[in-house]
Order: sequence, then structure tokens, then C-alpha cells
Amino acid sequence: MNVAVAVDDKVRYEARPSAGEAGPATKRVVVGYGFWVFLLSDIVMFSAIFAAYAVLNHATAGGPSGVQLFNQRSVAIETGCLLASSYTCGLMSLAIGSRRYAATYWAALITFVLGALFLALELREFAGMIAIGAGPQRSAFLSAFFTLVGCHGLHVTAGLVWLVVMMAQVAVKGFRQTVERRLLCFSLFWHALDIVWVWLFTVVYLMGVLS
Amino acid sequence: MNLLGKLDWSAIPLDQPIIMGASGGMVLVIVAILSWVTLKGYVPYLWREWITSVDHKRIGIMYIILALIMLLRGFADAIMMRAQQAVAAGGAQGYLPPEHFDQIFSAHGTIMIFFMAMPFVIGMMNFVVPLQLGVRDMAFPTLNSVALGLTASGILLTNISLAVGEFSKAGWVAYPPLSELQYSPGVGVDYYLWALQISGVGTLMTGINFVATVLKTRAPGMSYMRMPVFCWTSLAANLLIVAAFPVLTATLAMLLLDRYLGFHFFTIDGQGNAMMYVNLFWVWGHPEVYILVLPAFGIFSEVVSTFSGKPLFGYRSMVAATMAICVLSFIVWLHHFFTMGASANVNGFFGVMTMIIAVPTGVKVFNWLFTMYGGRIRFTVPVLWSIGFMVTFVIGGMTGVLMAVPPADFQLHNSLFLIAHFHNVIIGGTVFGLMAGYNYWFPKAFGFKLDERWGRISFWCWLIGFYVAFMPLYALGLMGMTRRMQHYDVASWQPWLVAAAVGVVIILAGIVSQVIQLVVSVRDRDRLKVTADPWNGRTLEWATASPPPAWNFAVLPQVRDLDALWNKKQRERTQAQPAQERKFEPIEVPKNSATGFIVAFFSVVAGFAMIWHIWWMAGVGVIGIFLTMLAFAFRDEEEIEIPAEQIARFERANPVEIAV
Amino acid sequence: MRYGLVAAVLIGVATLGGCAEGVLDPKGPIAAADRQILLNSLGIMLAIVIPVIVATLGVAFWFRASNERARYRPDFAYSGRLEMLVWSIPAMTVFLVGGVAWVGSHEVSPRKPIVSTVKPLRVQVASLDWKWLFIYPDQGVASVNRLIVPVGTPVSLELTSSGVMNSFFVPQLGSQIYTMAGMITRLHLQADHSGTYRGFSAQFSGEGFADMHFDADAVPDEKFAQWIDVARGAGPELDGKSYAQLAKPSAAVAPFTYRSVAPGLFNSILVSEMQSDDAMCRKDPTSMRAEK
Repeated sequence: MNVAVAVDDKVRYEARPSAGEAGPATKRVVVGYGFWVFLLSDIVMFSAIFAAYAVLNHATAGGPSGVQLFNQRSVAIETGCLLASSYTCGLMSLAIGSRRYAATYWAALITFVLGALFLALELREFAGMIAIGAGPQRSAFLSAFFTLVGCHGLHVTAGLVWLVVMMAQVAVKGFRQTVERRLLCFSLFWHALDIVWVWLFTVVYLMGVLS
Repeated sequence: MNLLGKLDWSAIPLDQPIIMGASGGMVLVIVAILSWVTLKGYVPYLWREWITSVDHKRIGIMYIILALIMLLRGFADAIMMRAQQAVAAGGAQGYLPPEHFDQIFSAHGTIMIFFMAMPFVIGMMNFVVPLQLGVRDMAFPTLNSVALGLTASGILLTNISLAVGEFSKAGWVAYPPLSELQYSPGVGVDYYLWALQISGVGTLMTGINFVATVLKTRAPGMSYMRMPVFCWTSLAANLLIVAAFPVLTATLAMLLLDRYLGFHFFTIDGQGNAMMYVNLFWVWGHPEVYILVLPAFGIFSEVVSTFSGKPLFGYRSMVAATMAICVLSFIVWLHHFFTMGASANVNGFFGVMTMIIAVPTGVKVFNWLFTMYGGRIRFTVPVLWSIGFMVTFVIGGMTGVLMAVPPADFQLHNSLFLIAHFHNVIIGGTVFGLMAGYNYWFPKAFGFKLDERWGRISFWCWLIGFYVAFMPLYALGLMGMTRRMQHYDVASWQPWLVAAAVGVVIILAGIVSQVIQLVVSVRDRDRLKVTADPWNGRTLEWATASPPPAWNFAVLPQVRDLDALWNKKQRERTQAQPAQERKFEPIEVPKNSATGFIVAFFSVVAGFAMIWHIWWMAGVGVIGIFLTMLAFAFRDEEEIEIPAEQIARFERANPVEIAV
Repeated sequence: MRYGLVAAVLIGVATLGGCAEGVLDPKGPIAAADRQILLNSLGIMLAIVIPVIVATLGVAFWFRASNERARYRPDFAYSGRLEMLVWSIPAMTVFLVGGVAWVGSHEVSPRKPIVSTVKPLRVQVASLDWKWLFIYPDQGVASVNRLIVPVGTPVSLELTSSGVMNSFFVPQLGSQIYTMAGMITRLHLQADHSGTYRGFSAQFSGEGFADMHFDADAVPDEKFAQWIDVARGAGPELDGKSYAQLAKPSAAVAPFTYRSVAPGLFNSILVSEMQSDDAMCRKDPTSMRAEK
């Protein structure tokens, strides 16, 4: 992504007096900021699906409810994978900051594996539910469940693809500023998915089993 | 397995002369334009200077061209509806059968909101906001071009539905269960959904881009309280886009899942909840109204202040009112369906909240009034539109507050009174504002003014036509006529509907005058030629050449106060300083990119394939989009440098009277 | 610009035109209350809107650039007092109209029964594609596309839909309300004068929508009793089978009556729409947790 700014990028870590009057911000700031705004909009989209889930929570149409379906052990492992991957993603950011290629690749690889594991577990859960006739077509509740969890899963998938592309970019182009900015956005994205998952885990799985 | 999904020759309505005539004509016009362009050898120029351009000014102009074309399309639908209702009284069925009439009103609403008003507003913001902020481009220029491409894709899909298949027959809001597969098995609703999803992603990108631009890239010295009001209203509108459009995306995605994969979000069986759609739709829908009207408010503020020769009265009040509307617009959605049967407390709450929004809006009207007070008003075309707006909009606002009173709404909901009300605020507010802005900023975009005489004729036709077309609808609503009637049995309604049809013809005269105005102005462009500051403007867009160079400002302006240019002019006049010799440095501008065009191409492919269940082709489209973005991510050069000599040459050739 | 005036005149004419029939010519207490609230709100707002229109035109005209007598004040951009005024005028107006709205929405809430010494008549309403079914549960008859009610008796309506959403509306009797599949909405109306009033669906529901209107007849008590007797003596029976027949899409159906109504039919309309009729779907799958 391009940013048209007149101020050069070298002074980017310097604190500026009265940011509002200093003229256009640096590319790094603008890109990071824009990505934050995107993440907020993404969270708004999740909120809409959360709202739908809350409305349809008890609309089981005589079918199974969350209590009957959810397997906490599997979900706990999923959660562990995702949280750990967030940690390794943080390690990757540190490695990028100090320009260490090997450490970056290793951290990315572990992040990828943990993310893929999360996804595999989620897919296994879905497949198990569909196999016993508790697929998304069964009831409004299950439609909302599959959409909410599936939407998060889709985000994780997109994140994994993005991570692969970024590693290719690091390999081909090295740590240039554009690549570094994109890596910054990636880590923001990955952490945001974690936050969404924490909500999802609480609202869908914990509260679903309690009620 | 069928390689073409649901698509076959029966999709093309060869037996419908009206549709075939319209779509055939459209295809002919497109082919004619394309071959003219190709034969004249303009293709490389268009490709280099427009299609792949990431310049916010060019993108803005392209948005507005799209919007004007769609205005013609949506208006053609309007004429057909008015004609149908003018004749289909008593036992008569008119000339449009229900299945055709239903498509027309659905298409009219969808096109006018999503593909006329939205691109027009976004185009206006694109052209103006970076110039007013005193910067060289948007925060993300290529993203901007992709957003334009996606909007164009949605528009294209909607228009393809004219010739191939059908459009939605469920109204522009597409309430389930009517829009579910059970009641709308055709591809019409799918066209609606995919067109809106694709263009909605584009709109969201635009929103993010503008929020980042306004908040993070402003000329040195431009603090928030020195930002022109149009930038403030644009910021508010884009914050609303960022907060509201994802809800629409999610809601339409749920409906898509219902239709494609048998989910039960809004279906009658499986314990789906159709009212949830209605709620979610309007959680987006009401902010959308303000996304459309807030930038128009900004345009009026600029126009009234410039042509009164005065600063905007109560600038801080205006900003506060804008942001108040921005927040309040999220807590009023239930007023779109008071008749759902909610409790008196719920209805009462949302009624009162709705009225509270009228307070900041009223403040704005008063502030415009006091801006004119003590001014020296030049009655140019933009001012005519603004005054026409102030008078018309308060009437629309009043009927709006009236409908916010739940018991009144129980009687007026879904009636033609409602139709009259929202056309009163959308035409009287948004469209009048956009017309004012079009006349006001045209000289900045092209270096010559629009012809005044035809501009006035067009304004008067629009204004009179509007009143003749919509005042009868208020009456009809009170007489108990509901909306979307293909025919009716009450003879006493007919005279009013004939009057409304006459009004639409007068508006048509207004649109024709606008076309003439454009043609005449292009013909007489030498006579109408202007320099940087034709209106004695107040804000930074008038401090650079008309049309501005690709880099907007040779040197970024130093802002010291609100109305930066005006105050600078005052200082120069009183202190009589000599214009200092200026030195130029090379400027980097973002490099052209075909990404937007290619992404748009593949999203049309993917969208069309999804509508017709051609799964392999949908895969091609999605992979195409992914590969395009990948290629973009791997390109090496992002910017090109414009040498200082070129800038100096341009500045010598296009001297700016006063540089800020 | 002077078309603001034309607009006001047009609204006035509209008011007169509306008197013929429609919401400004109420024939019952709810419609009358709705109209009163509408006119009160309109009056309050006109008191502010008309001066604003006049002031806009006046100020714009007086301060035209060519008027030498108008004083140019290029720095008049702020005044604390005016700001106060500018915020408080709309706020006061909204305060008044908001009060009307709040009180009004409680006063004529569709759920609120009409206070009366007469025992209310119960009617169950179902919107079908594209006709109206009115069931009189206490009388045991049903009517299609014709609602007949006794004058002066409160009518207590329960409404639902067989499928697509509609809105039940008889403007001269009062408020409209949505009909939605799987849900019940409630509405209370009353006719004070005998006559035939136009009723229709006010929510677009598909191809036959334009013909989805009915006559609401308000008749004296004796006539109503007479009509019930006649209805009981003729016409088909309304049970699951004939309902399924009726529910098939059709438009512009001539009014007719059913001589009897199977008990619980209305509830079965309601429930049948709530659940899938696919028997395979109903079976509970075994719990996934239990398996493990």
C-alpha cells in the first residue's frame, strides 16, 4: 500500500511536538492506523454475528443445544494453540525488530503450525457435529453457531495464507520498510483474532455449557 | 454436471420487448462508446491517465461519472413507476405486470441509494478532502482505486441483471421471508445480494481510507479546529461507514447462507427469526442515511460561507452537531418499524431518540441562516441549490419528526407519505447538496466554470418538479395509499398520481438541462476558463491551480487558522507583502496501478458465477483476485519522483494568485 | 424558493383531500387518537418550520450582494447568545413533540385494550398469499377478505402470517400492525360509525400484493348477529385440509365465509410455521458429549 506523504521516514521513532499540527504523519503511522481502523470494522462485523448468535441461542427447533454438543476439552486445546501462537507471533515481531532472519522464520513456522492445529481441531469438531446430524441446516441456533465460529476460522485461514506470503516476501525482499509495515499489520491481525476468540470462547462455549 | 450452473438461454427475456429494448439499447451504447474510443486511439490514454490512475482527483471524477450514469438509470425506473401508477387505476393493470413492476421499484431503490448517492458522495469527498486538507493524496491511493473498481463491479452486476435473468422483486430492503429461497427462488435476490456485498467491501475500504486520511494526513498546522467543515462531515460520514457497513455485510452474508447453504437465520422453518434481519438491516440503514446527508451538509456549509463572504457561523457548534448526529444515528433504528408490535416503552424511547437527532440538524439550519445574515450573497448556481435545500429540507425534516411519533407512524408507515418524506430529505438534502457541490467544484476539477444560465434552468426545473412530484404523495399517504402498488382500485387517487407523474417530467427537464449545461460548458470552455480561485474561496483547494497538478501542492501549505486561504488573502492585502520567490523540491507521487481494474474484473467474474451457481468460475474469480493482490504486494516500485524542474515549469505556467 | 409556500398550500389541500377517506377521517377512537397526535405534533413543528422558511428566504433576499442597504459584517461568525438560542429552539420543540410521542405511544399502544363496558369481540387474523383470513373463535366462523365488526364494540385482534410478512391496516379504524409467521402481534380497534372501510396490507408481500385488500364493515349489533347466523349456515368448513387449500397463493379472491372452524386452527398456523415439517429433521440427534 502506498502512502503519499512528504515527510521522510527516518524520523519515525521521534516524538513529535503537537501531532495535530505537524503535517502528514509518517507512512508507518498511517498504515498502522489504517489497519487499526480496519480491525475495528472487522470487530463490528463480528459483533453483528455475535448479536445474531445471542438472538438465536435458544432457537434449536427441537434439535440439540450447545450443552449437548460442545466438547470442552477439544475447545480448551484449540484455545491453548491460538494463545500460544499469539505469543510466538510476538516473538516474531521481536525478531523482525532486530533483523534476525532465522529467528523470524522459526517463530513464523511455529505460529503457522499452532494456527493450523487450531484450524484442524475446529474442522474436526465441525465434521463431528455434521456427522450426527447437527449441521448448520438443522436449526437457527446451529446456523448461527457455524457462522460465528466458522467466520473466525475463515479469518485464521486468511491469516495463515498471509503469513506464508509474508515469509516469501521476507525471503525475496528482505526487511524493507514495506515488508516490515505489512508484518506489523499481520501481527495486529493475529492478536485481534485472539481477542475475538476469547470472546467467542466465553460467549459460545463457556456460557453455552452453563445454560 | 452442468458447466454453466443455472445459466441457459431462458435467462435472457427475449419475449419482453421493454426489457430487451432497454438492455439492447444499453449494450449498443456501450459498444458504440468502446469502438469510438478504440478507433480514436484513446485507449492508451484512458488506461494510463484514468483507469490505472491512483490520483484521488481522477478517482473522484470517475466515481461521479458512474453516479451520474446511474442517476439516469434509476431515474428511468422512476419514470416507469410514475407512469404505471398514473394509468393503473380502477380495473386497469397499466403496462407493467407485477413481476416487472416489482423489479423496477427494487432496482430504483437499490440503484439510487447504493449506486447513485453513495458513489456521488464518495466521489465528491475523494476529489475535495485531500485538497482541503492541503495534502497530496489519500492515505492509501491504490486501495482507493480498488474501492472504485469494486463499486463499479457492483454497478455492472446490477445492470447485467437487466439483460441476463432478473433483478430482485423483494424491494430494496429485501426483507425475509420474502427474500428467502422459498418465496424468491429466482436469481433476482442473488443479483441484489452479490452486487451489494462486492460494492460494500469497496465502500468499507473507502471509509477506512478517509478516516486514516483525515485523522493522520493533514497539512502542517491544520489542527482539528482548523479543518474545513466539509472535512469534518466527511470524517463523520466515514466513521459511520466503518461502524455501519460491516453490519450490512454480516446481515447480507447471513441471507446468502440461508439462500445458498440452507441455513436458518431468517427462514420460517428451523426457528429462524426474520425480524432479526429487519433489526440488523436498519442498524446499518439509519447511519447510512447520515452517511449520505452529512457530506451534503458539509457542502452547503462551504457554499453558503464562500458566497456570503463570511466565515461559517458557529463553526464549533457545527462540528459538535455533526459529531452528535454521528453518534445518535446508531440508536434510532427501531423507528423504521414501530409497527412491529414492540411495547410502548420501546417505541416511545426510539421515537424520542429520533427526535433528539433533529436538534443538531436544526442547529445546522440556524447556523446557515446566521452565516447568510450580514453577508454579501452572490446568487450563483450553488447558492440557489443551497437555499432550495434549506427550504425543502426543513419540510422533509418536519415530516420525518412527525413519523418519529409512534402513533402517527402507525398511520403513515409504508404509505406514500413515507415515500414523500424520504425523497424530501434525500433529494432535498443529498441530491441538492451534490448538485451544489458539482457546480461549486467543477471549475476546480476542469479549469472552467459550468454555464450559469443552464444551471439556473436546471435548478428551477428540479425544484418545481420535486414539489409537483412529491407533495401529491404526501396527500396520497394521508388518503391511505400504501407504497409499491402495481395497480389500485380507488379512483380518487388517480389525479394525484397524474400530478406526480407531471412532476417527474419536470425533473426530467431539469436533468436534460444539466446535460445541456455540461455540453454547452465544454463547448464554451475558453469563455468560462478560470484561474485557481474563481469564487473568492476560503479553503485550501482554491490555493492551487485549476485543475490541480498530480501533486496538488508544489509546497505543502502552512496552515495558521480556519479558512486558511481567506485569512491569508486578507493578510496579503493589508500587509502588501511581495510574493516571495519559491523554491521547489522533487515530489514523490504514488505510481499507477492496474490492481483496481483487475480486481474489479475478477470480482465481476466471481459475483456473476455465484449468482448463476457456476462454481468453477467463482473459483477462477476468487483465485484471480488473490493472485492480483499477490502480484501487487511483490512489486518493487511504489512511487515515482517528479523532478523539481517539472514542478517549477508547471507553477510558472499556472501561477497561483496567493500561495498559502 | 417561494415554492415553500406552494408546499404549505399543497399540504393544506392534501389535508382537505385526505378528508374523503383515509387517516384524517377517523371512524373509531384509535384512529381519532392517532389523528389528534399527528395534528398536535404537526402544529408544534409548523410553529417553528414556517418562520424558519420565511427567515431563510428573507435573509437570503435582503443580504443579496446587490443590496447596498444591507450591512456587510464579514466577521460576524460567533455570538454566545445566538448559539444558546440556536440550540434551545430545536431542543424546546423536540421536548414538546417528544412529550407528545412518549405519552401518545403509551396511550394508543396497539397492545393496550380499549376501555369499554362492552365485551370485546375476538378476531384472529392471518395474512395469506395474497388474502386475509379472519377467524371469529368465539362465534366459530371464519371469513376471507372481509372483516365484519359490530359498531361500538372493541375488537381484540391477534395476528399472524402464513409466510411472508404483511401489515394489517384499516386507516379509518386506526393503527396498523405487522403480521409475521411464527409470531403473534396484538391490536385493539373499534368502529364508532357504521360503514365500509378500506383495509389492506401495508407491507409489500410479493406478486399479488396490490390486490391484497379487504372491506372492513362496521355494522350494528343486530346485523352482526344476523351475519354470524348466515355464515354458520353456509359455506365450507375450515380445517387443516381446507386451510392448506386456502393457503396456496392466489390473488383477488372474492370474499366468502366458512361455516365452522376447527378448534386450534389459528395456533396450528402459528406453530406449523415455527418448525420444520421435515420429520427427519425433528429427530433429536444423540448427544456428541455422551458418545465420548
